[in-house]
Amino acid sequence: MAEFKQADSVLEWFDQRLGVVKFAKVMMTEYWIPKNINFLWAMGVLLSVMFAILLVSGIFLLMYYKPDVNMAFDSVNYTIMQEVGYGWLFRHIHAVGASVIFLIIYIHMFTGIYYGSYKKGREMIWISGMILFMLFSAEGFSGYMLPWGQMSYWAAYVITEIFGGIPLIGGDLVVWIRGNFYVADSTLTRFFMLHVLLIPLGIIGAIVLHFYALRFPHVNNVEGEFFDFDKEAEKYMAGKHKESKVVPFWPVFLSKDFFVLGVFLVFFFYLVFFHYGFAMDPINFDKADGLKTPAHIYPEWYFLWSYEVLRGWFFPVGPLSGKDLGLLAFGFANAIFLLMPWLDRSPTVKPANQRPYFGIWFWLMITDLMVLTLFGKLPPTGPNAWVGFGASLTFLILFIALPFVTMAEAKKAKGK
Amino acid sequence: MINESRRGFVGKAFGAVAAVGGVASLLAMKKTWDPLPSVMSAGFTTVDVSGLEANKLEIVVWRGKPIFLLKYSADMKPTDGRSVKIGEDYFSVMIGLCTHLGCIPAYQNEKKDFKCACHGGEFTLAGVNKFGPPPRPLDIPPFKLDGVTLVLGEEGPEYKAMMAKA
Repeated sequence: MAEFKQADSVLEWFDQRLGVVKFAKVMMTEYWIPKNINFLWAMGVLLSVMFAILLVSGIFLLMYYKPDVNMAFDSVNYTIMQEVGYGWLFRHIHAVGASVIFLIIYIHMFTGIYYGSYKKGREMIWISGMILFMLFSAEGFSGYMLPWGQMSYWAAYVITEIFGGIPLIGGDLVVWIRGNFYVADSTLTRFFMLHVLLIPLGIIGAIVLHFYALRFPHVNNVEGEFFDFDKEAEKYMAGKHKESKVVPFWPVFLSKDFFVLGVFLVFFFYLVFFHYGFAMDPINFDKADGLKTPAHIYPEWYFLWSYEVLRGWFFPVGPLSGKDLGLLAFGFANAIFLLMPWLDRSPTVKPANQRPYFGIWFWLMITDLMVLTLFGKLPPTGPNAWVGFGASLTFLILFIALPFVTMAEAKKAKGK
Repeated sequence: MINESRRGFVGKAFGAVAAVGGVASLLAMKKTWDPLPSVMSAGFTTVDVSGLEANKLEIVVWRGKPIFLLKYSADMKPTDGRSVKIGEDYFSVMIGLCTHLGCIPAYQNEKKDFKCACHGGEFTLAGVNKFGPPPRPLDIPPFKLDGVTLVLGEEGPEYKAMMAKA
């Protein structure tokens, strides 16, 4: 056994056994963040806090929720909402939180794209982030099923049916996923398991990977400037705070982050207490009925753009039916963001407004996503169907064009 | 001295045992997700069609799926290979799930067609897709005729004849 001398303080006692002093340095006081950043760099901490809020509110809901088709609806809408003390609060926090976390995820993601934070050594940060986005999407979808209202049921039906589009095994795969020929008790119970255990475990693992991936290439800054973090850290530790380009994560970075977090939480709890309705679809207060499709099915706002890509294709092209095309486009839309580091062929790491072609591409992409989101909510009839198709096609074209746009930009930059 | 071949053999043997165990547990996990035997054998649905009204959609449940039964009135034309003659009348017998993404289309008895609210697909009264994303006509469930009684889940000669035509 290693030799231990008598500790002079509680801190030293823990330091001998767990190395807490070194750990605090590595994780906090000597973890270096660039100085040249803005409030958009606070989104990571906001997301961590939102995940914690969802976890805690979820634990309280879990104590009364019953994952059974005969009991689920009442356990949410009667037991939790009316009997459990402050049960309504935990449900509203959980529902609003699920919606708002996607808002922050999108801001975080588009900040990364705008500032080129996925390039030149930051590929793993981007990929682990996109894995988190996919896991959160699965978490949102499986959680939406649990209250067992009409929207829960039909969202589950439509999304599991998507797997039926896979050639050869599709039909059997859908029955296998559901555990029945239709969305039934087996489906509810297994998605409950996914929602409360397996996917959250995956999310926690992916968060660890995401944070770890930041350690080597370090956080990007508003100018996309590369510099030697070790040298700048030395300057900071030598007391040259003004001259150094970095600040420690704690207390300097987090103190500003907490301010942004404070403003955000005021907004969040305003929604929870006074404006929760947007996260509580009225149709979902009708109990699930497998024999009655609601007049109009739409997902929550954060899935609308990919939903619109899926349904925008309503006519066959050659041997492919509208359904096949929609599925292919949907698969493309969900996988393509993962490839951002390789689709962007320009070596420049700069914010989009300092990149002549990419800047235009970025805002076109954002506009297209907004159009898709807007029309995803509208009934797909008449001219809406054509706008949906146009926006869906534009999405594909934008990403197919991205390598050529950025190559042209790189050439132009070299010519200067 | 280290006996390399012995060490290599132990390593390979360990790998083989682990691989067999791994595959076996994956198989067990897959089986756990399979539909239960009680679900798979969930029986057959029997319907007496003699009491149905013309141009009014009747929906019965078979294996958790809605089955459309539509009796034709005099002005509704049967579609070859899709309309079923039971006694003197023609009927549509179809699985009432849109072939796009599985919503239930609604019957519009004035226009005499089906419309799916989810993504705007439309079908004729015999279930042939005529507009929107549905890639094929509504599916026809296996059925058997027994006088005026329809047995869903069993393949009768009328069903086989229809499938041969389609």
